[in-house]
Amino acid sequence: MTDCFIYDAVRTPRGKGRKKDGALADAPPLRMAKAVLEAIPERCHFADSEIEDVIFGCVEPVGEQGANVGRMAALIAGYDDCVPGVQLNRFCSSGLEAVNIAAAKVKAGDVELAVGGGLESMSRIAMGAAGGAWSTDPELAFGTSFVPQGIGADLIATKYGYSRNDVDAFAVESQRRAAAAWEGGHFERSIVPVTDGVGVTMLDRDEHMRPGTTLEELGALKPSFEMMGRNFGFDAVAVQKHPEVEAIEHVHHAGNSSGIVDGSAAVLVGSKGAGERLGLKPRARIVRSATVGSEPCIMLTGPAPASNKALSRAGMRASDIDLWEINEAFSSVCLLFMEEMGIDHDATNVNGGAIAFGHPLGATGAMLLGTMLDELERRDLRTGLITLCVGAGMGTATIIERV
Amino acid sequence: MTIIDYRVEDDVAILTWDQPGQPMNVLSGPSLAELDAAIERAVADTAVKGIILTSGKAGVFVAGGDLEQIEALGSGPIDAADLLRRTSAVLDQLRRMETCGKPVVAALNGVTLGGGYEVALACHRRILVNQRHAKVGLPEAGLGLMPGAGGTQRLPRLVGVQTALGLIMQGKQLGPDDALKKGLVDELVEPDALIPAAKAWIAAGGDATQAWDRKGFEVPGGGADSVTFAQTLMGSNAMTHANTFGNIPAQEAILQSVYEGLGLPMGRAGKVETRQFIRVLQDPVARSMLRTLFFSLQECQKGARRPAGVPPFDVKKLGILGAGLMGQGIAHVSAKVGIDVVLLDRDLASATRGKGQVHKTLQRRLDKGRTTADRVEGILGRIVPSEDYADLEGCDLVVEAVFEDREIKGVVTRDADARLGDASVFASNTSGLPITELAQASSRPANFIGLHFFSPVERMPIVEIVVGEETSDATLAKAWDYLLKIKKAGIVVADGPGFYTSRVFGTFISEGNHLLVEGVNPALIENAAKLAGMPMPPLGISDQVGLGTMHKAAKQAEQDAEAAGKPWKPSPAQAIIASLIHDHDRWGAHPPPNPGGPPRRPGGFYDYDEGGKRLWPELQRAMRTWIDEDAAQPDAEVVKKRYLFTQCLEAVRCFEEGVITNVRDGDVGVIMAVGFPAFTGGPFTYIDNYGIPAFIRDAEALAAKYGPRFTPPPLLHNMSTQHKTFYGVTPHP
Repeated sequence: MTDCFIYDAVRTPRGKGRKKDGALADAPPLRMAKAVLEAIPERCHFADSEIEDVIFGCVEPVGEQGANVGRMAALIAGYDDCVPGVQLNRFCSSGLEAVNIAAAKVKAGDVELAVGGGLESMSRIAMGAAGGAWSTDPELAFGTSFVPQGIGADLIATKYGYSRNDVDAFAVESQRRAAAAWEGGHFERSIVPVTDGVGVTMLDRDEHMRPGTTLEELGALKPSFEMMGRNFGFDAVAVQKHPEVEAIEHVHHAGNSSGIVDGSAAVLVGSKGAGERLGLKPRARIVRSATVGSEPCIMLTGPAPASNKALSRAGMRASDIDLWEINEAFSSVCLLFMEEMGIDHDATNVNGGAIAFGHPLGATGAMLLGTMLDELERRDLRTGLITLCVGAGMGTATIIERV
Repeated sequence: MTIIDYRVEDDVAILTWDQPGQPMNVLSGPSLAELDAAIERAVADTAVKGIILTSGKAGVFVAGGDLEQIEALGSGPIDAADLLRRTSAVLDQLRRMETCGKPVVAALNGVTLGGGYEVALACHRRILVNQRHAKVGLPEAGLGLMPGAGGTQRLPRLVGVQTALGLIMQGKQLGPDDALKKGLVDELVEPDALIPAAKAWIAAGGDATQAWDRKGFEVPGGGADSVTFAQTLMGSNAMTHANTFGNIPAQEAILQSVYEGLGLPMGRAGKVETRQFIRVLQDPVARSMLRTLFFSLQECQKGARRPAGVPPFDVKKLGILGAGLMGQGIAHVSAKVGIDVVLLDRDLASATRGKGQVHKTLQRRLDKGRTTADRVEGILGRIVPSEDYADLEGCDLVVEAVFEDREIKGVVTRDADARLGDASVFASNTSGLPITELAQASSRPANFIGLHFFSPVERMPIVEIVVGEETSDATLAKAWDYLLKIKKAGIVVADGPGFYTSRVFGTFISEGNHLLVEGVNPALIENAAKLAGMPMPPLGISDQVGLGTMHKAAKQAEQDAEAAGKPWKPSPAQAIIASLIHDHDRWGAHPPPNPGGPPRRPGGFYDYDEGGKRLWPELQRAMRTWIDEDAAQPDAEVVKKRYLFTQCLEAVRCFEEGVITNVRDGDVGVIMAVGFPAFTGGPFTYIDNYGIPAFIRDAEALAAKYGPRFTPPPLLHNMSTQHKTFYGVTPHP
């Protein structure tokens, strides 16, 4: 099996996912994909026809994002006709899964060079737009005790004992780190501004952040999932599945959950030979990745088992990892992950996360991988693990190592 | 046999459904075959412009499907392919009717329920008589069943998914006004205008095409690909799961049928429903519920166990001793059916207060529009408060409902006895004192019987009839006649401590205590009980009953044991309850007054406030003398099984001891009186479905782990050896 190297990683800034004022909301989603896909061959100085596949994650693949947005992205970026594209959906880890699958193709020798990434315009294609059977098909909904994922996050907090204060404090720290990271220029290498059709910049900086957010401010916010949980039976369904819990404590709200944003990211991976041929400098090696299924009702407990699987397959231990990225879908997910892995917040999400930046569903995984790569380089550390919790009870993890 | 009469009037074929020898029309194979033939005849008759379908039964169109056919399927496996073929034939016939090319009007002359309404749905217009008793709807879900003749497909297309699901899932029966308002029928008319109105609609060019067969049809409120449909299903799935704990397959199947069928053309949608209908019948739950909640309950409501040969006994005057909660309820339900009631207490003020409470209950019903001022006045007029035993003269029946104290009961029994004649019956409403012993206070022990009412009497549909050693058959028959008059179901039990239902229920509460002492997380103790189908969890019930009351009962048992010279070992659960009371001043949800001290706040196993109740977070820590805080936690499935098994085993012991003699009584009794999970069909049906050998095996495993209370009684072993079941049907080997 060949090694797979990361040659480049870029992302757009994340725009607010609102039609009325989101900076990226007044252009079609493909505009963001175009920005990142154009940037890669340009930055690396090779012909786009060398790219053998564009694998793009997208969680609501309908409308403007529908009908194989991977191929559409390659076409709109002006890639040579010979570059194919595909869209995949592993829900929230789609962007990372796209990189993992691209890497797997490289490792298998089927391709020499590929792009993995993703996009999501949450302002233009609303969450849930793709429908799906999970909540509606009674057989599936009853059989898996479907509840919306916010209830799952609240269930995690209740079951594992994270108080409202715990989850709010984590969110305050995410905002603080995010602001400090921008201040320190930690993202400069990888941000690709999005420009409009006439060449004017639409957005060049993450716009969802709320620097200086305090515990008091967050403490005043009303829980987001309480009404839904109590009035529509979801709390009861969750308690039936986890009967050791007396009642769901609703602790999550907009301030300690990932923000709704627009964004896209792309990661260039390839074999050693391709890099040498095109004069590309490998930045890191993709060591191992894993995706697992987990209990779907609580839904968001997949990251630890996925990480442990990846570590074990790589013959590594948690102590071998220098830095961690766990997608900040909800505070409780991160708190549980750190507790289960026995790791410190000091080495986890060191530049903040989706609570501050937002979580453009199909793109986030690729964004986190890029952020990790930049930070390993900045700190001159070796190994990093990126993981995301995934809807319907899954988790994806990827271990990278600088070379 | 002619079920459907055919005649032609004014160019209209009138099909009159009149099942010979039956009080009601039901949907069945033969009736549908005749309907089919009649439709074809009308279609073939070129002189006929339209068809009217009506009934020859006064006040009833068609009352439903043939439940006996379903009951006849028994409890063994069913032939799905055969049932699919038979049920599909029904759907095809109705489909043929609605596409026959001539307008078909359902002229609904009364009750139109279940299969009857499904036939009406396949007509092009529904005209209903505007009479109060003319109920319309699909009540199948109330019996754990689902509509199987197109109801889950046509009703959502007619009135929209949300409205239809609301009606079907709850098995609602609507009166004429509501039926019109919700769109279940198109027109209300007076009875003699029914056929003329139907003819008029046909004459005016009534359309022979169903809405859903027209081009461009859209389901009201949103079809299969709409966001509202997805949202409705998401909400209905969760709410149904929450409310049924996933224990009622028909509820899920109704949703599945609508989910899968709504987007299909009607010609194919029926098949989707049929599959779900069969799935429901394949599951033991529906047949178990139907058996117990319909057929067995009917026996208990009709007095099937009343001794024959005793002439009917009409209670015209009733005496009630004790105007407390139970006395009030008994007075209420008796006066309601026209019985004159003497409500007697130790003084007139107490008796009058008791009547006042009945007034309050009735006032609440009046305020909600559930009764009329005339009726309230009539009921109250028949209740006479009294302190004078002389007022009991001429009573056909006296029900004693005083405090549970042998001495007091003895005194009032003797005082009343002196005023009664030899034909009258004396009943004690004791919830557990032996009837034979109480009967000693009577000069006519043969006329003495137990009538164990449940609280609240107005709402609880059943009474335990306790036969003492000397109770005569005539007395039992008379007690039955009284229950039939006040419209309560009855089960007959033999005398013994706790009788039947309380004994079974007691094991459930006791199992909760065992779990508590084992260190099982209290939330799991409570949630697993609800998952098992119990309406209230054990610690919550203890709080409602009152920890003081529980403590007193335990003390009494201890004293009784000592008096009898039996060894007595107080259980840790009793120590916990004593400690809650004495060390923490926690008396339950309704603490007794604290004379001379500060008022007590509600609180026991739970804390209570305006927002509801939450388990007392300190419970395990405060009780660490008795509770192992670090105990391994069992799987919820194990806890559920313990709750069901401990009750089933007690029910079997009662049957073995002859406390109950009929398993139908046994199944109905605990479901209706003490909340044994209805979906099981009752403990005996549950064991039969489980399989007696498997039940023995699993009970023995529980006994090995948790104690001898799970040891299967010899009766089960004998039945197993002889391949018997409680309902006498030998399961397939």
